Amino acid sequence: MLRLEALHLRQGGFTLEADWDLPDGGLCAVIGPSGGGKSTLMQAIAGFVPPASGRVLLEGRDLTGLAPGARGVSMLFQDNNLFPHLSVARNVGLGLSSGRLSAAQRVRVDSVLARVGLEGMGARRPGELSGGQQSRAALARVLIEDRPLVLLDEPFAALGPGLRAEMAGLVREMLVAAGRVVLMVTHEPRDAIAVADMAVFVADGCAEAPMETRALLADPPEALRRYLGGVVG
Amino acid sequence: MAGRAGRIGWPGALAAALVLAVIVGPIVAVAMRAEGLGTLGPAGRGALRFTIWQAAVSALVSVALAIPVARALARRRFPGRGLLLTLLGAPFILPVIVATFGLLAVFGRAGLVNTGLAALGLPSLSIYGPGGVILAHVFLNLPLAVRMILLGWQAIPAERFRLAALLNAPVWRLLEAPMLARVVPGALVLVFLICLTSFAVALVLGGGPRATTVELAIYQAVRFDYALDRAATLALVQVALSAGVAALAVLVHLPDAMGAGMDRVVPRWGAGTRALDALWIAAAGLFLILPMAMIVIEGVAGFSDIPPGTWVAAARSLAVALASTAICMGLALALAVSGGRWAIVVGTLPVAASALVLGTGLYILLFPWLRPQVLALPVTVAMNALFALPFALRIVAPAVERSEAQFGRLADLTGLSGRARLRLLTLPRAAGALGFAAGLAAALSMGDLGVIALFAGQETETLPLNMYRLLGSYRSDAAAGAALLLLGLSLALFAVFDRAGRRC
Amino acid sequence: MKTIPTIAGLILVASGAAAQEPVLTVYTYDSFVPDWGPGPAIEAAFEETCGCDLQFVAAGDGAALLARLRLEGERTEADIVLGLDTNLIAAATETGLFAPHGITAETDLPVAWDDPLFLPYDWGWFAFVAEADTPAPASFAELADSDLRIVIQDPRSSTPGLGLLMWVRAAHGDAAPQVWDGLADNILTVTPGWSEAYALFLDGEADAVLSYTTSPAYHRIAEGDDGKVAWTFDEGHYLQVEVAGKVAGTDQPELADAFLRFMLTDGFQAVIPTTNWMYPAVMPESGLPEGFETGPRPAPSLLLSPEEAAAIRAEAIDAWLAALDG
Repeated sequence: MLRLEALHLRQGGFTLEADWDLPDGGLCAVIGPSGGGKSTLMQAIAGFVPPASGRVLLEGRDLTGLAPGARGVSMLFQDNNLFPHLSVARNVGLGLSSGRLSAAQRVRVDSVLARVGLEGMGARRPGELSGGQQSRAALARVLIEDRPLVLLDEPFAALGPGLRAEMAGLVREMLVAAGRVVLMVTHEPRDAIAVADMAVFVADGCAEAPMETRALLADPPEALRRYLGGVVG
Repeated sequence: MAGRAGRIGWPGALAAALVLAVIVGPIVAVAMRAEGLGTLGPAGRGALRFTIWQAAVSALVSVALAIPVARALARRRFPGRGLLLTLLGAPFILPVIVATFGLLAVFGRAGLVNTGLAALGLPSLSIYGPGGVILAHVFLNLPLAVRMILLGWQAIPAERFRLAALLNAPVWRLLEAPMLARVVPGALVLVFLICLTSFAVALVLGGGPRATTVELAIYQAVRFDYALDRAATLALVQVALSAGVAALAVLVHLPDAMGAGMDRVVPRWGAGTRALDALWIAAAGLFLILPMAMIVIEGVAGFSDIPPGTWVAAARSLAVALASTAICMGLALALAVSGGRWAIVVGTLPVAASALVLGTGLYILLFPWLRPQVLALPVTVAMNALFALPFALRIVAPAVERSEAQFGRLADLTGLSGRARLRLLTLPRAAGALGFAAGLAAALSMGDLGVIALFAGQETETLPLNMYRLLGSYRSDAAAGAALLLLGLSLALFAVFDRAGRRC
Repeated sequence: MKTIPTIAGLILVASGAAAQEPVLTVYTYDSFVPDWGPGPAIEAAFEETCGCDLQFVAAGDGAALLARLRLEGERTEADIVLGLDTNLIAAATETGLFAPHGITAETDLPVAWDDPLFLPYDWGWFAFVAEADTPAPASFAELADSDLRIVIQDPRSSTPGLGLLMWVRAAHGDAAPQVWDGLADNILTVTPGWSEAYALFLDGEADAVLSYTTSPAYHRIAEGDDGKVAWTFDEGHYLQVEVAGKVAGTDQPELADAFLRFMLTDGFQAVIPTTNWMYPAVMPESGLPEGFETGPRPAPSLLLSPEEAAAIRAEAIDAWLAALDG
């Protein structure tokens, strides 16, 4: 599905290697210490960081040189996932078209908003919504974009634990159930266990190949053990 | 990933090429007509020395005074603060000759200050001499410097001030000095460049030929000696000097410039004495507003003497200002969005371009094709747009940069590009800055004499030209009335655009 | 680039269609054309008889006028250039753009006039203008010895400024630099042009301003203010003679000749005193208006020939700079 082929990233003195396949379907957590390169990996897949060498392929298609909008990848950042000067419906509608929406498209926007629990709130500006509602609106955009791969770069980090769990549930329910592949950065190994089928461990300039979450955490490699020890301790 | 800022696209490249062509093309045309470049001569070198000296001192003094004023304005809130900030900007958009006479009404031999001193039996102060030139340049440029530096203060996040207060840390060394180190070079460069082409102010207040600037040397070369080769050389020196200084500033740091939205007061805890801040604000306010008040008082007296032609000229000037603003904003946006890193250098060049040489060169280039009377207004529109561009660009570019830094990745991800990106991201996010820049551009082109005098026929008189012509026919009362009309219209234009931008 | 000639063609066609009658284009300086200047009355008077459309084109001051003509060269649209002064005649002659006028004029100038290319239309004496209650010096020497502060124009950018240089030179010859040395501390400031200088004087900044003996007449007649006077200097006053010439390449030679002849008749000359505030070159039948001239006329009248003026200009400017720079 997603293939990182001898991928080598370089940003200043920082380097990151990855060479693996992510199988179809399911939710994959990206875990690891701060500054380990989780965000860099996500940005490279989305097309914001050009690789020093190697390739990114999605469903067999080489993404090298493609603009972020043309890769078939959706992404949610830590913040600024909505344009504050556009209405919620317009923000979500951008997943369909940057021009004027047709009547049918407007109906789709409304129905997606209803699915994430924002029925009737399309006319509001993001600033008029609560933090949780804003996350739902951003999720609605990703839903409507209908791209095979979704990258979540800690978009729910600022939410409380309860809301965060709720959003993770929504991601499973809406995106994974619809057959999308989701790569989700998290600082919380517990979150990973709770929601993810697979996990990628990123540390020491290397993104390890994805492993089944339970297996990985039950018998962690040395680096991960140290990381988990640090987190727990 | 730096977002899209710094990326070069065809609109930016085209705008940069256009600006360069319009600045360099006419100089080349003048040089070609002269069949080569001339030498500066000892007089030219002397003028160059004085020009650089007065511009440097003016920039240093303006910025040095702007720092305490901006600091006081940043940390005090008082009734009328918004109005004061708007009025403080007025000297900058005045035609220099009007500003000069306003200044003389306060500091001249027969001005308020000397009248007061005489009443107290004290010796009088003379404004004429190098000190007067600096005083006038500070008057004209202090508002700009204050705005740029005030913005620097407001860009420091409030949490940092809170943190510094909690830690009982020295705010100056921790926060303010580093901010100033970033903002001050840009302010210095801009004021220096503006003063580089000073001409009438330097001569009138300079007290004599000691105060000869390069622009006066150009004037003499074109008008009296018809030494086009020397004029072209002087103009090239001017442009090269400004390009060098502007480029240096980019290498040091891209100036944060003056943004819109001056409303936020930086909250401070236990810093500075209230009285000192009040003193700085009052002194700057008096210094900048008294001359304006004198212009208004003299203008009101002369308002009934305004001949009907002045109103026609005013209407024409409004149209010119609106057209210039449209072109200026188009260029500024194109350069800001896709002009790359050096766009700010290209966009700064017009500050120090000689209006006389540009006009003469355009005349040589266009005369074979079109009648000068037909050209007068279009050329004035284009030149005024060009002369306002450096200021518009310095307002628009940082706003575009901010919007790209915040939302550029989201726009990339949703595939927003070209006009959709402009419409959905850049225009709405930079609306405040765009309104402020458009207001400034409109006010500047309203008051700019530009090159109209070289091309003007009977039917193409603008308001500034009309004012000069009144002044040239003994009608100084009517000219004062026209100056007031000009001041009022410029401020009104500025306010309308600025408000419209903020409301978006 | 094809569009530019196309637009030019359209504009030419449009302007050609509008003008049924021949157009006589007169380049002149700014203050000649406004409603309150001589232009409108002269245009109306000439158009009554010429069967033509007289169009004034204003181009800054006299020096700018000549610079513009030089830029345009032989392609210029000007048929007549009106508003050069004696200091510019040599340079104007050198351009070769002017044709002889062929008119023998009986003028009322204080000096003889026989220039083959340029005809005078008005004239005046340079003089310092002051408030009547200011003690008036009677010479440059007395002015230099006084505490009076004057404002003058820069000879590098202004015709009156250059006129003052010629005045000092014509009156004092080789002693001119000493005169300037003496005057240096009396000069409050130097302005780029007449307008700024006169405005400074009216604002009370200076005791006197370099202008014309006729300047007080403006205040007397137009404003009813008797309070301004022109100082009369014993060494005499320099003349400014304003002239017009026919452009050699004119497409309306007959009309241009007709205009130059008309220029010396009452229809033109009677308008001059109270619009251009100068003496008419040929005294109109009605004479000067009431209050135009009250004091005695200065004597002698000084004027360097165009050739002399051109020859000493650079040197005189250098001497002036040296005296005021110190």
